[in-house]
Amino acid sequence: MIVAERKPLEQVEAMIDGFERILVVGCGTCVAVCMAGGEKEVELFAAELRMKGKLDGKQRTIDEITITRQCDMEYLEQLAKYVDDYDAIVSTACGAGVQFLAERYDEKLVLPALNTRFIGVAEGAGVWSQRCMACSDCVLDQTGGICPMTICAKNLLNGPCGGTDHGKCEVDGEKDCAWTLIYRKLEKIGRLDTMRKIQPPKDYSLMTTPGKYTHEAFKETQAEDEE
Amino acid sequence: MVAAFKQAFAEKPFVVTAEVGPPKGTDVSEMIEHIDLLKDKVDGLNVTDNQSSVMRISSLAVCRMIVDRGGEPILQLTCRDRNRLALQSELLSAWVLGVRSVLCLTGDYISVGDHPQAKPVFDLDSVQLLQTVGLMNNGKDLAGNDMKGPTGFFAGAVVTPEADPIEPQMLKFEKKIAAGAQFIQTQAIYDLDNFKRFMEQARRHNVKIMAGIVLLVSAGMARYMNKNVPGIFVPDDLLDEMAGAPKEKRLETGIRIAGRMIKQLREEQVCDGVHIMAIGKESCVPDILKAAE
Repeated sequence: MIVAERKPLEQVEAMIDGFERILVVGCGTCVAVCMAGGEKEVELFAAELRMKGKLDGKQRTIDEITITRQCDMEYLEQLAKYVDDYDAIVSTACGAGVQFLAERYDEKLVLPALNTRFIGVAEGAGVWSQRCMACSDCVLDQTGGICPMTICAKNLLNGPCGGTDHGKCEVDGEKDCAWTLIYRKLEKIGRLDTMRKIQPPKDYSLMTTPGKYTHEAFKETQAEDEE
Repeated sequence: MVAAFKQAFAEKPFVVTAEVGPPKGTDVSEMIEHIDLLKDKVDGLNVTDNQSSVMRISSLAVCRMIVDRGGEPILQLTCRDRNRLALQSELLSAWVLGVRSVLCLTGDYISVGDHPQAKPVFDLDSVQLLQTVGLMNNGKDLAGNDMKGPTGFFAGAVVTPEADPIEPQMLKFEKKIAAGAQFIQTQAIYDLDNFKRFMEQARRHNVKIMAGIVLLVSAGMARYMNKNVPGIFVPDDLLDEMAGAPKEKRLETGIRIAGRMIKQLREEQVCDGVHIMAIGKESCVPDILKAAE
């Protein structure tokens, strides 16, 4: 899932400075799971903004609403009856959600309340770590299910650099060296030969932004629609 | 034209290179002094590429300065700051400017240097860069296009004999040789028994091995490297030797240790040569060579 974290309150405060009516819109999917922008977090966040406004002697109304997903027009539609009442919308979705919300309500100022961090997993309670770069050309079959593009800071495809330090990474001694992990895993499952093969340079053309993907089953419908 | 550095391996049982670190800024006077001092005493001057991710004059510019002064340069080329277009362009430029040898490295990560906010590149890795040199030596670029005139580089790579764990490091070492590395320069070594064990494995491959020699200037420096530099291990007896030297004799002691190690490596024919890194003390290299006689 997408992992995000809340921006510092002062940063959001600076964005909404001068606006009187503000709607905070939460997102009930990824950012709810990582406790950054779901219903509970939005409730708390809106209360913080109200309190801060009161302390600073500002005249303002802060309302909140959380929808299932902001990356889906179907759910964004639910906001149509509210948005006109506000000067600005603060979104606690990931960057994709913020943009889709801004696209749907293009006459409104839409502001981000989160910093989107990465695609990751829940390592433990309240701890998430990155696992995927969305490189569009998965090599996990070659590397024992450990991504060298993500776990190796240098995105190396052919083995460790000289910075391996007792199985840790020179960039951050707290982090494991991806290629030590990969070596150990391949050794364990008897597939070290895959590591001996020289991997060709990555095809970065696949990562050209903005990415777009249409499901096979929908390609025809789309073509028909365009006609 | 064959690289004089490559030729040295054919003509001598023991080859010596020294490192040149380009300065940050346009005052090259001290570096030129070092180049002039060393160029006729070693078989090659190996020029670092934004060493430790610190922004400096480029390796290529200094390599050309070495050519102009009658020396033999070895271009260090890292994957950190350039994508595949820039790397290949740099290689073509180096060739036409008279550089004949190239050392291919991954490069330190951006965060260790003086512009930690910069975008790290790492479009290719060192193995793929070595393959690229091989392609260009055959008149093709990485995309398979024909080039008007090939390069003819003598290409090398690095290895860390003290890496922990060593197995993945050795696996990559073999890939580098398969990708075209003809010479290998090691990270600094201090424990000769460990190094000999590494050489037993390395000798199975048709590649020239240059042991990395970093001049110790104090026991503090040795302890610092042990703690902070991955793959460097200064054993206790050398630490004691450095610590036991009075302040004014420290440098002399470091020079003696480096000289002694080089002498032993040469006399016992442990490897094919040494690469001397006298970081900041390049003027001491002749003394190290003298101590190694």
